[in-house]
Amino acid sequence: MASTPLIRGRWGYASITDKIADIVLRRPTHWIWGVGLLVTLVMSVFFFGAMGYLFTRGVGIWGVNIPVAWGFAIGNFVWWIGIGHAGTFISAFLLLLRQKWRNSINRFAEAMTLFAAGIAGIWPILHVGRPWFAYWLVPYPNVMNYWPQWRSPLVWDFFAISTYLIVSLVFWYVGLVPDLATLRDRATSKTKAMVYGFFALGWRGEARHWARYEIAYLLLGGLAAPLVVSVHSIVSLDFAVGNTPGYHSTIFPPYFVAGALYSGFAMVLTLAIPMRAVYGLQDLITLNHIENSCKVLIATGSVVGYGYLTEGFMGWYSQNTYEQYISWDRAFGAYAWGYWCLIVCNVLTPQLFWIPAFRRNVIIVFVLSLVIQFGMWMERFVIIVQSLHHDWLPSSWYMFYPTVWDFTTLFGSIGVFFFLFMLFIRYLPMISIFELRELVDETSERGEEAHG
Amino acid sequence: MAEHETPKLYGLLAKFDQPAAVLQAARRAYAAGYRKMDAYSPMPVEGLAEELGHPTTRIPYLTFMGGLIGAVGALFMMVDACVWDYPINVGGRPLNSWPAFIPITFELTVLGAAFFALFGMLFVNGLPMPYHPVFNVEDFRRENHERFYLCIETHDPKFELAQTREFLVSLGALAVYEVEP
Repeated sequence: MASTPLIRGRWGYASITDKIADIVLRRPTHWIWGVGLLVTLVMSVFFFGAMGYLFTRGVGIWGVNIPVAWGFAIGNFVWWIGIGHAGTFISAFLLLLRQKWRNSINRFAEAMTLFAAGIAGIWPILHVGRPWFAYWLVPYPNVMNYWPQWRSPLVWDFFAISTYLIVSLVFWYVGLVPDLATLRDRATSKTKAMVYGFFALGWRGEARHWARYEIAYLLLGGLAAPLVVSVHSIVSLDFAVGNTPGYHSTIFPPYFVAGALYSGFAMVLTLAIPMRAVYGLQDLITLNHIENSCKVLIATGSVVGYGYLTEGFMGWYSQNTYEQYISWDRAFGAYAWGYWCLIVCNVLTPQLFWIPAFRRNVIIVFVLSLVIQFGMWMERFVIIVQSLHHDWLPSSWYMFYPTVWDFTTLFGSIGVFFFLFMLFIRYLPMISIFELRELVDETSERGEEAHG
Repeated sequence: MAEHETPKLYGLLAKFDQPAAVLQAARRAYAAGYRKMDAYSPMPVEGLAEELGHPTTRIPYLTFMGGLIGAVGALFMMVDACVWDYPINVGGRPLNSWPAFIPITFELTVLGAAFFALFGMLFVNGLPMPYHPVFNVEDFRRENHERFYLCIETHDPKFELAQTREFLVSLGALAVYEVEP
């Protein structure tokens, strides 16, 4: 990386500030943004409508039944929380590893984390069937003298997801404060100056403040890095602690974490490629960024492939009838189409990125990133539904067929995610301004001339 | 600016265009005996706080304390619930099944540490601060996203308006502004 510049072109402190801040403050609304906002707004309305119908009629509107009591809701939960993990990986791990190229992509990836984790948190509440008791997961002094069941993965999950949401929000906000101060000082109207100023907390870039800020930011990175590993490990324990064949596996935590980073990096590419095209950010989010992310996809995708192999091997090696049957059924049973679909999408697709020309072709990368996300959704679907549909006795076997409400909530949640993201890129700097200023003097020593 | 009016000032603000320039200015101002001063920059400048004479920070200790409170609090909460407050004997299994308590203990350790890192940093920095005199300088407000500033405050024992201004100019400042309080 040393020889390739982290950003392209000649930029100075002022020009790079203008470039990013003007998207929020000055540039007129882009028509693609307007159309996107409208479409995602409609999808969001469908999501909340489906949620309202669910609360009216109950989980019977979904395709779930016994023995497939976990359906789309849990699959969507794992899928969304997994997508969120790449944002934390980029902002925390790559910060600790001093990978400066992260500075161009960490802000919007963190926003992605926040929205994805927030949406993920909704699913278990929808899934439990008695959502009005969801607060029983919270330990609070109550007249029933009840405590949550501390030994239950559901309760671990509640703590993991809430901590993850809060810490992601803290990390994101701390990163935003200096940029909010920039927006405050460059605001075009009194209202904007007031609002940005309120959240900027009076930040003025004092040297001592920066010193403490950097330490705090680094510590938050050091805290978020193990957190992200723990969160998806705990999510996987929701499955692995149960004795259901197909769930009960020690490979689950590492394989879930790799899968999470995998789908998350795919989402980063799905977001970055249109964003840089619409807002002309090719100099800041360069082809090198895309290429690096593709390399991460090869690595994490291969770990996921290794996870599938291990699952198959352990199914055979366990010498347990049920485990062996479920492994065989996964590849050749009723849901075999789903299994081979995920093998193609998740194991074979990323191997295409070994070809450098593919990594540097944004159209191909964009399409493949969508394929990977679809594959990762299929993975959760297959693990959950296929493992449950043929359990112990053939008398209780049952096929799961999703209903229109399953699909409405799934696609609606995608709409909510993109709706929030649309608002984010319009009202907050989508790339960290002050962290790019740090790259200016590193990448072009005479960058000041650029705005001369 | 009319110096002879001697309005009550907050300090003198010198403007520089490069991180290296403000670093050197801070070093020389410290060597000249100035202590009550601050530097402002659009991004972190490595070593700037040290040159101004502020070598250490308490944030790591605060963060550690937050983590400790989270860890001890979480473990206590669960052991208290399972062993003392509401013991349930399930098939003779141990009440204090601490391995099952590790996930939540870990999560709350991170949560406590993160809160202390955030609020500790804000508290020690004196933020939020709705008013600061340095924003009275129009140029600072307009250009703090691209320029570097050094401010020597009037209550520094060595502060002498004319002399300090001359000193700041001699450091290579692009401009020197008086900061209204």
